[in-house]
Amino acid sequence: MTTVTETPPAPPLTPGKETRKPRKRGRLVPYWLLLPGLLWLVVFFALPMVYQASTSIQTGSLEDGFKVTWHFATYWDALADYWPQFLRSVLYAGAATILCLALGYPLAYLIAFRAGRWRNVVLILVIAPFFTSFLIRTLAWKTILSDGGPVVSALNALHVLDVTSWIGMTDGNRVLATPLAVICGLTYNFLPFMILPLYTSLERIDGRLHEAAGDLYATPATTFRKVTFPLSMPGVVSGTLLTFIPAAGDYVNADLLGSTDTRMVGNVIQTQFLRILDYPTAAALSFILMAAILIMVTVYIRRSGTEDLV
Amino acid sequence: MTTDHGGDVRLAGISKTYGSFTAVQPLDLTVPQGSFFALLGASGCGKTTTLRMIAGLEEPSSGTVMLGDQDVTALPPYKRPVNTVFQSYALFPHLDIFENVAFGLRRRGVKSVKKQVGEMLDLVQLGEQARKKPHQLSGGQQQRVAVARALINHPKVLLLDEPLGALDLKLRRQMQLELKRIQTEVGITFIHVTHDQEEAMTMADTVAVMNAGRVEQLGAPADLYENPGSTFVANFLGTSNFIEAEVAGRSGDDLTLKAGDGKLVLPAARCTASAATGGKILVGVRPEKISLTHADDAGSIPDGRNRITGRVADSSFIGVSTQYVIDSPLCDAFEVYAQNIERDSRLSPGADVVLHWNPAHTFGLDAAQDIEAGAAKVEEDAAA
Amino acid sequence: MPFVRWLRRNLVVIAGLITLGYLLLPNLVVTVFSFNKPKGRFNYEWQQFSLDAWTNPCGVADMCGSLSLSLQIAFWATIGATILGTMIAFALVRYRFRARGAVNSLIFLPMAMPEVVMAASLLTLFLNMGAQLGFWTILIAHIMFCLSFVVTAVKARVMSMDPRLEQAAQDLYAGPFQTFVRVTLPIAAPGIAAGALLAFALSFDDFIITNFNAGSTVTFPMFVWGSAQRGTPVQINVIGTAMFIVAVLLVLAAMLVGKRKNKAV
Repeated sequence: MTTVTETPPAPPLTPGKETRKPRKRGRLVPYWLLLPGLLWLVVFFALPMVYQASTSIQTGSLEDGFKVTWHFATYWDALADYWPQFLRSVLYAGAATILCLALGYPLAYLIAFRAGRWRNVVLILVIAPFFTSFLIRTLAWKTILSDGGPVVSALNALHVLDVTSWIGMTDGNRVLATPLAVICGLTYNFLPFMILPLYTSLERIDGRLHEAAGDLYATPATTFRKVTFPLSMPGVVSGTLLTFIPAAGDYVNADLLGSTDTRMVGNVIQTQFLRILDYPTAAALSFILMAAILIMVTVYIRRSGTEDLV
Repeated sequence: MTTDHGGDVRLAGISKTYGSFTAVQPLDLTVPQGSFFALLGASGCGKTTTLRMIAGLEEPSSGTVMLGDQDVTALPPYKRPVNTVFQSYALFPHLDIFENVAFGLRRRGVKSVKKQVGEMLDLVQLGEQARKKPHQLSGGQQQRVAVARALINHPKVLLLDEPLGALDLKLRRQMQLELKRIQTEVGITFIHVTHDQEEAMTMADTVAVMNAGRVEQLGAPADLYENPGSTFVANFLGTSNFIEAEVAGRSGDDLTLKAGDGKLVLPAARCTASAATGGKILVGVRPEKISLTHADDAGSIPDGRNRITGRVADSSFIGVSTQYVIDSPLCDAFEVYAQNIERDSRLSPGADVVLHWNPAHTFGLDAAQDIEAGAAKVEEDAAA
Repeated sequence: MPFVRWLRRNLVVIAGLITLGYLLLPNLVVTVFSFNKPKGRFNYEWQQFSLDAWTNPCGVADMCGSLSLSLQIAFWATIGATILGTMIAFALVRYRFRARGAVNSLIFLPMAMPEVVMAASLLTLFLNMGAQLGFWTILIAHIMFCLSFVVTAVKARVMSMDPRLEQAAQDLYAGPFQTFVRVTLPIAAPGIAAGALLAFALSFDDFIITNFNAGSTVTFPMFVWGSAQRGTPVQINVIGTAMFIVAVLLVLAAMLVGKRKNKAV
């Protein structure tokens, strides 16, 4: 048998007297744990924002080099030239977010409450497409929505396209290269970002609350309206944020599935940065987009705090 | 077994504050070596915090913890020769029972653990379950694994944090006896935290009743029960009836008290309040000490007993006993427990009765206390 | 009518399954079209069944090279993000420290920010620093945006872990390091694995941030993007299908192992 004893010389017993200040054990540990990761984020996420701001007020060209001249006119010019794309981004992202909510909520509800043994299988089916390159999957929409393909033909036969063309979402008999196609793609790409937060928050609801509501004369519809939906609000808000914001800045869907008429602000930033090489304008646009987002996130944090964020 | 028991556990000036909230007031406590010691109190009274300070899982805001001659206040838990049985058992879910029990031995570098683990599992009668995982065991079995895991390290002190709380009644009684047996066999000091006063009185040699961060009274269960020092202890351990009275005089070893229109006798030694004439006293007597006689038979009551008149308000047949609630001018809802040897059918609600008891069973407390202190708990199994 | 009643009761389930179909349809198309033999440069219309692409997966110039590069970057990014992210997650759950709100916000933002903004600003950083765009800039960017997701995954797991387990370990003579290795890590492992898996997927599949910061290096998503202009070889569908199958198998295997080992506590 081993006994564990360390025997320092025993001090005389003085009851009631504070012998020494209690040792603060491991006070600094959390800071050491946080340091590397946070440093990485500060240098490669926060700091670039500063550089971006600085680039936006520079003037010059690739040949002559860029210098900071506090040229704020770039912002005005950018907004004047590209406000249609900003508007379009908000519109498309908004439409996509609403569709994501409409489509995603039933699926999240299904996984949380009705899936039973199949819960994990369905979750895998929701997440697994992530692992296939999203570009390849988005290209598949070109096939699905191709002119003369089964989907478009069906929509034509049902005269759905007449309605959508009338509101400007499609163009005659086509779906590809129209706003509808872009929204379709956006919805598809960001659905998981809506479903997962929704599922997380629905899963936390105690199933017995539904039973209690039923016991108190609530129909299933009423139970949903008065009990389930309000309790899932954190998930709804978080899912909306995580869908709308990245969608607003997306350019892949607009590029692959849309046309020059459907360019979003993301497309403009991309062209400006990588092709036209007009860094100040590109940076200004990016900064405006970022500022709008920071405002939205701040409003959210003000209302709901930061503990549920991560 | 030649084990070094390491002496008494001594807490000196131990306190714990969280910001402006004081969980434990500076307290001094000595737990005699080899005894079964209970810290008893309601939730939030500071008993678990005190236990954790002994274990090293909480740092005291002030004071020292001594194990025998060793000052362990500054030592982290993994350097103290103390082990804990946690309330929720805290068995490692990713290890099987064998490895759970062997954990402490392995951490201390013991090479061959098989024999010791086998013996310990046999001690708690779980030899067959060695290779199962915790979630495959019942609550009672998990609890025994937790005890085995702690005991195998032969600590100087074993700390138990309400370990029986999650078990059902029958199992709890079984485990109470089991733990008591183990403690007697092994001879280690056990410090047991509980809110169940019956549990404390059953198992412990010494009980410390805690309230709001302070120890109200400390002593053997029988002492605490028969001689409570405050209304809190009187109400928390079992039930007490209180009558407000005034000291009228003294005759020999007894105090004469004036209560309402009548007189009561209280041995001076059993009065913890000031015995000056005119002083206010709370006269206390336990329900099981009282005899109930129908008013018609009042003449048959022997002299020298304290007596009160009243009317039966309620009676409940418990099986072993009948519990009466009596309305009396001196005290509302006077409780009497009468053992069911011979049942007097006249003693039903509405009957006039006389309550009487041996003065030696009376105790007296300072009237300047909350008469309801400690009585807030609704005990599920209020057995006689 | 019983049918109508059945319909009303299962409305949600039907709607949910429709959404699931919407999610999986493109994957189906990708798989089906990996067996296509297209007429022209693009693989958008079905011509005829053929196993050509499957028998010759690396037949397209530069594709397998870009694939291998993407896998390498994903591997190192996963390691970096998992280590840094796990440390942060533990700090957030187990310790008290100042400026919690700021830390939470800083970690949340990369998840909410549009990739184009992060990509563009990171590019301005690299340009201003005069850094050479290529493997290292891509890797740095990937670790950056994968971090937050790892933190979320690990934090969720550690939060559901009973803190008394670590106290019990300490009570049983395990020092801080021992406690971490013998108790904390094994129990948190599923969360860390989930975070690592997520990081790998995000890194492998990333396009926008990579596109901005890659210079002349070509990763697999960039290759696909280029092919959308130049011509889409059937082989990209093969790779897409293969990745999906591998992913599903991996997750299934992880679940089986998890079930066999221990029920989560």
